[in-house]
Amino acid sequence: MAMECATLGPMPKDFLKNAQSRYDVVVIGSGLAGLTAANVLARQGRSVLLLEQHYKLGGMATWFKRPGGHIFDISLHGFPYGMVKSCRRYWSKEIADSIVQLDGVRFDNPMFSLQTSFTREDFTKKLIENFKLAPEQVHAFFDKARGMNFYDDQQTTTRELFDEFFPGREDVIRLLMEPITYANGSTLEDPAISYGIVFSNFMSKGVFTFRGGTDKLIGQMTEVLQESGVDVCIRCDVTKINLNHGKVASVEVNGRTIECDAIVSNANLRATIFNLVGEEKFDRGFIDDARAVRLNNSSTQVYMAMREDESLDVNELGDLLFSSTAPTFQTEALLSRDITSRTYSFYYPKVRPEGQPRHLIVSSTNARHEDWADLPDDDYEASKKDLCETTLDALDKYVPNVRERLVHIEASTPRTFQHYTAHIAGASFGTKFEGLAVSRALPQQITGLYHAGSVGIIMSGWLGAMNYGVIVANEVDNQLMTGGSASTTGFEKTVAGEVAS
Amino acid sequence: MTREEIRGEVLEILKDIAPDEDLSNLDDKASFREQMELDSMDFLDIVMELRKRHRVQVPEDDYVELASMESTVNYLEPLMKDIQKV
Repeated sequence: MAMECATLGPMPKDFLKNAQSRYDVVVIGSGLAGLTAANVLARQGRSVLLLEQHYKLGGMATWFKRPGGHIFDISLHGFPYGMVKSCRRYWSKEIADSIVQLDGVRFDNPMFSLQTSFTREDFTKKLIENFKLAPEQVHAFFDKARGMNFYDDQQTTTRELFDEFFPGREDVIRLLMEPITYANGSTLEDPAISYGIVFSNFMSKGVFTFRGGTDKLIGQMTEVLQESGVDVCIRCDVTKINLNHGKVASVEVNGRTIECDAIVSNANLRATIFNLVGEEKFDRGFIDDARAVRLNNSSTQVYMAMREDESLDVNELGDLLFSSTAPTFQTEALLSRDITSRTYSFYYPKVRPEGQPRHLIVSSTNARHEDWADLPDDDYEASKKDLCETTLDALDKYVPNVRERLVHIEASTPRTFQHYTAHIAGASFGTKFEGLAVSRALPQQITGLYHAGSVGIIMSGWLGAMNYGVIVANEVDNQLMTGGSASTTGFEKTVAGEVAS
Repeated sequence: MTREEIRGEVLEILKDIAPDEDLSNLDDKASFREQMELDSMDFLDIVMELRKRHRVQVPEDDYVELASMESTVNYLEPLMKDIQKV
């Protein structure tokens, strides 16, 4: 799919050529929330058009290929077990059957170094034996996190939660927080409930990945979408949502107007409101709330491919390695251009057993868009090169002589993420907590307009985004059938409390 | 549909949603959650299946009626009495 344009000659291809003039539902964006909403709605019997601005489906669930049989995944490793059930229910048994547990997660920083299966059982053991905590203290913390739900107090921060259970224990905080920051960009300043809900999901059974890689997953999903009857169009950038008397009427895309009764926007929440619809179409109070929604941070990544005759040992490195040279865990340090914390995802041939046996490493770091956005081209290229070099310096501790053992290295920045996902500021984890309420309130402002995607921390990550797509699809289906009550917000809050991320 | 037919339809939906559960000894009076591993996404799936298969709309405020088989059939009986079993 990616390469087909190269051979088309002078006439631009009409990517919308097979689209009808009218659909029950238009889904804008094919991240996991958009894909899943489209599939569920088509299975409910709705006519659905899925529009993606990029040439690939998947959004942040994506990959790219480099010569020599190297395939880099952007966001694959480390989702919770709940993906098995969601994939089976909303996609197919084949997709669910490819989900496998990661072998191990490693931590290495000035405070501690350890390897864990990332389950409640193993974490409890480590906290008692390595960190010398009292068992009742550990159990009480897990129970507190497990019992948290959406209705609870939203004022308490994650930092305050940790201080209540583990006062003065910066090492424990680091163990408990670092992986979640990697998973969804959340920080110690975010609400404790968002931490507790997400952490408990991971802690139920460990962390998982998709055997075959992101390319296989999205390929299988594309086949299922076709079976379900979804019309899928890539390279179709929706520029405007048109209304008629406060109700969704159509979208404008590639010079065409396509009519619809409902829209699910899997575009960035703020882009949906301010760019696609226009603030004059909403109540003032809603716009104030929407303006106050903070985007989550972006990321940098460094992609490295080992030479064909080189290999990495999973028993030594694990699948995920949370490394840091910072003395303690701090949000500011995590986002700084002066990188001290890196999460390495190691990809072994077991991830793609059918492909060529390759070993790859992806180093991820949270980053601020503004630190990269305005760099002149020369500085930008130099900064990317520096990012690669400093990453290799840091990685050498774990993969000795890594420079000589590589065949390929390149970096992505917040500008890269913005370019490919079209998300404002390259946000790689959606919005902060307050984004969820604004996302939920959209259909009360404009009949037929819905948003699904990474919002509010708890609805982010692969599972959170997928399940949010289902929740919103149910609402849309409800509205299309009754034409009436457009929101089931209260129930979805309950769901949010249980199934996130 | 009769009560028994409605019960059969709900059972079919539950089988699809929770394929690993043994439903042969389901106690109609006890809550589903006491007897099976169901989370709120599963209840959402029940609502979506009822809408898809029987065009029965369960408003959000009524989701609590789907707690047990007996309460579900009680709730659905007036809504589905005029639907012919296929």
